[in-house]
Amino acid sequence: MSISKTADRTSRVATRVSTREERPPRYRRLLGWAYLVPVLVYLIAFYAYPLYRNVELSLRDYTVRSFVSGDARFIGLDNFREVFSSPTFASAIIHTAIFTFVSIAFQYVIGLALAVFYNQNFRLSGTLRALFLVPWLLPLIVSASTWSWLLNSESGVVNAALEAFGLPQINWLTSPTWSLIAVIIANIWIGIPFNLVILHSGLQNIPDELFEASALDGADAWRTFRHVTFPLLKPVSAITLLLGFVYTLKVFDIIWIMTRGGPGASSTTLSTWSYQLGFGSLLPHFGPGAAVGNILIIVALVFGLLYIRYENAQAKR
Amino acid sequence: MLNSRLRPLGLALAGLALAGTVAGCSNAKESSDGGSSSGDQQFTFWDPYPQFDGSSDWVKLVSSCGKDAGATIKRTGYDTSDLANKALLAGQQGSSPDIIVIDNPVISTLADAGVLTSADELKLDTSAFAENITAAGVVDGKTYGVPIGANTLALYYNADLLKKAGVDPASVTSWETLNVALAKVKAARGKGITFSGIGTEEGSFQFLPWFWGSGADLKDLASADGVSAVNLWADWLKKGYAPNSVINNTQTTAWQEFATGKFGFVENGTWQMGNAAKLGFKYGVISIPGKDGGAAPAPTGGEFVSAPVQKDAGRYATTTKIIDCLTNPGNLLKTDTTLSYIAPIADVQQQQVTQNPKLAPWVKAVGDAKGRTSDNLGTNYPIISEQMWGAFQNAMSGSASAESAMKTAQEAAASKVK
Repeated sequence: MSISKTADRTSRVATRVSTREERPPRYRRLLGWAYLVPVLVYLIAFYAYPLYRNVELSLRDYTVRSFVSGDARFIGLDNFREVFSSPTFASAIIHTAIFTFVSIAFQYVIGLALAVFYNQNFRLSGTLRALFLVPWLLPLIVSASTWSWLLNSESGVVNAALEAFGLPQINWLTSPTWSLIAVIIANIWIGIPFNLVILHSGLQNIPDELFEASALDGADAWRTFRHVTFPLLKPVSAITLLLGFVYTLKVFDIIWIMTRGGPGASSTTLSTWSYQLGFGSLLPHFGPGAAVGNILIIVALVFGLLYIRYENAQAKR
Repeated sequence: MLNSRLRPLGLALAGLALAGTVAGCSNAKESSDGGSSSGDQQFTFWDPYPQFDGSSDWVKLVSSCGKDAGATIKRTGYDTSDLANKALLAGQQGSSPDIIVIDNPVISTLADAGVLTSADELKLDTSAFAENITAAGVVDGKTYGVPIGANTLALYYNADLLKKAGVDPASVTSWETLNVALAKVKAARGKGITFSGIGTEEGSFQFLPWFWGSGADLKDLASADGVSAVNLWADWLKKGYAPNSVINNTQTTAWQEFATGKFGFVENGTWQMGNAAKLGFKYGVISIPGKDGGAAPAPTGGEFVSAPVQKDAGRYATTTKIIDCLTNPGNLLKTDTTLSYIAPIADVQQQQVTQNPKLAPWVKAVGDAKGRTSDNLGTNYPIISEQMWGAFQNAMSGSASAESAMKTAQEAAASKVK
């Protein structure tokens, strides 16, 4: 009888011990939530709320009067319809696509070439690499104003050089054909350092043994690059391209300062068009401006999701 | 043991409190300073003259007008292109300034938004002011503010260069004679004319004397007269009388081109008079010619003083006193000399000319001038202006003919105006 009593007591004690280990005490759970709350407040205040306001701005009919009094009429997707049927829409989309893809292609290729070059670590390579950072460090208004000055039709240095070589003068900033090319050139110049820095650090992470091995196998520089360097740089390249893409999609300052969207709409992109609608004239059109802004966000989101899918595919391998 | 358990909890709660305080502070609206019990009330004053700081004549004048009315003025100078948006945002948040000095074409936009009080509500007397200048602030028969001064456009010419080219400035009285003069300047290895044709309100401002001078009306951009004005500019670029850079020039860069001494003419305004004195060559001023002779109506620049709507209507009495002080004929001479404007009152204009005879052609030009938002165009003007600058930009850059550009502009404007 006494044995079974002891057994009961033991099993009861055992049950109590296991309960204490399975469920953490309440205060610990509350503590976890308390740590999360500041982050949640920050995300809601600085990400979710502005996004919500922007979507709301694009779904209502905002005149100056309703902007001030705050009682704008809900008009559903009318602003989006107005944007899609505007003659500037096709130009803006095409120019954004050309601007983004051409800029990134050249920035990446030139950045990669320079990163491989600087990977050789010759004397003064550190100093030269630091100098190459200057375009990225300059305030954008300085870069854009300098490029405007360089590309001026009458008194710019570029046209003076063209004339010295006997080539025809180009109206870089005032011709509908050349204005987009001019802003792309300026943007490439500004974006190269970013690619250079990230790809260079990616290259540093490739172990030297691999290069030695490929040299021992008799591969020349180009084959080493194709079969050793480039494949190992893929994850770094992917993130560089994604960041570059999302950043270039939003580029506004350079285009606005150099050409304001170009004569007519010849260098208008979605971001400059959004600003022009909202603040470019005496009478603001906040609804369509917000609609164009939302379209930009959706495009960036799609590419962001594509990148995440690529990352997941990489992780599974 | 109790302490070590509670410390992380305490830290987390402190972080929560901090976040809550920050969020709360950022949301707090500024309460209007209506009923402060101390002697002088504080009145906010916004103007678009950031180049003037506390030691300038303008700010001293504003402060003294405030003191005379029993108020301390808190004055802020903003960039003029920013001020309209700031005024709208302030109206939305209920934190409008007591007095705002703002560019005249924006007055109708702000009045339409319900942000401004009318002169009747303020019991402000606007009868002394020149009608063509005040018209820019009239919406549906009500006046929303008084002009503080006006400026307008005319043609500055390089007297030395014109003499060398054999051009008599007095002969430039119509478009034809102007083109003849430009041809002569080009033949003498000079450059003809420069102006600002940029795709903003500045470009429209510079285009209007030619548009109105052809006899066209802003309500019909695609009329034959309107198209002829665009063709005038486009032909100047084709013939080389005007440089290609006009497509991106602001009025400031156009002036800088003229100041190099290579250009015969520049279309610019009263505000350059101070810089004109520093030119390295002799210059003169003539009115912009109309198409068939006579002076073309040029648009009026210059700001209006206006009073935004306040929650506490008791403040209007002091506001009216301050506005009266700034714009009464006695003080207007001082204000407009400081700002380089032509006075909006005929008597004061005469005083200005007596003081400085160089102002004579400008007083005449202002007398011929016209407000951009007058003819009750009001908030339709920005819509028409935006289409107009798109049209002449396309025509000048060669992407469309003048007819098709103006036709597209007129269709777009007509579909959007009220």
